Amino acid sequence: MVPLSAYVAVSAVLFIIGLLGVVIRRNFIIVLMSVEIMLNAATINLVAFSHYLESMAGQLVALFIIAIAAGEAAIGLAIIIVVFRGKISTNVDEMNLLKW
Amino acid sequence: MVQVFFAYFALASIAAGVLTVALRHPVHCGLALLALLLHVSGLFILLNAEFLWAVQVIVYAGAILVLYLFVLMLLNLKTDERYFHSSYLYFLAPAAIGAVYVLALLIRSPFGGAKGDAPTKAVLQDGDTYAVGIKMFSDYLLQFEIVGVFLLGAVIGAIVLAKTPKPITNKHER
Repeated sequence: MVPLSAYVAVSAVLFIIGLLGVVIRRNFIIVLMSVEIMLNAATINLVAFSHYLESMAGQLVALFIIAIAAGEAAIGLAIIIVVFRGKISTNVDEMNLLKW
Repeated sequence: MVQVFFAYFALASIAAGVLTVALRHPVHCGLALLALLLHVSGLFILLNAEFLWAVQVIVYAGAILVLYLFVLMLLNLKTDERYFHSSYLYFLAPAAIGAVYVLALLIRSPFGGAKGDAPTKAVLQDGDTYAVGIKMFSDYLLQFEIVGVFLLGAVIGAIVLAKTPKPITNKHER
């Protein structure tokens, strides 16, 4: 039997990898992919606790997370297309249109 | 046997996550993300969440990743010479130290808590899909409807954002 802390540890490592990706990558599409990694880490956590604490609520919240991730990907990629049309770049350092 | 599968899925998903962040070409990053998503869905199987496994494969690997690859294909990016931030080494060491600390805390903690009303035997009797469906359409009906409205808004927003802008014509001057 795999202990619950093993699943939580895997999820924590994946979350830190995703956080590092958001911080150090310069390509906006890869930054969005790193956000997906972090959402997956949260989903692993929810499903693991749902299994070990014998409650169905975790799996339902995980399902909602997947739906939110789909919407986030659609909107994020649409924003990338709009920005790319004007500046021919997906570098996050060059996107400073809204910076005050 | 379960431990072997857990070790494989966990190590493979972590390796795929590292590759997603570290690879240079964006398409390769997308394919590494695909490997990550499939191995995470394997972890869901080990946790008796077959419905979430199917949703993960269909929605994540089948829809979201194809969307990413389509956008990569449309944009036809050229690979940057410097693809990390210039100061990324300053982030790696704190992240490693923080990860070790968090892991030490997590492995020591017992994670006790009040048990819910869905023990594994009861879930396995009718299947995970049945249990999720009963719970979703009784207790979580409002959240389900909210997610539906959210997805509709996302669809409309994506269409409005990605539409080719029309040139502005002033009708009064004609």
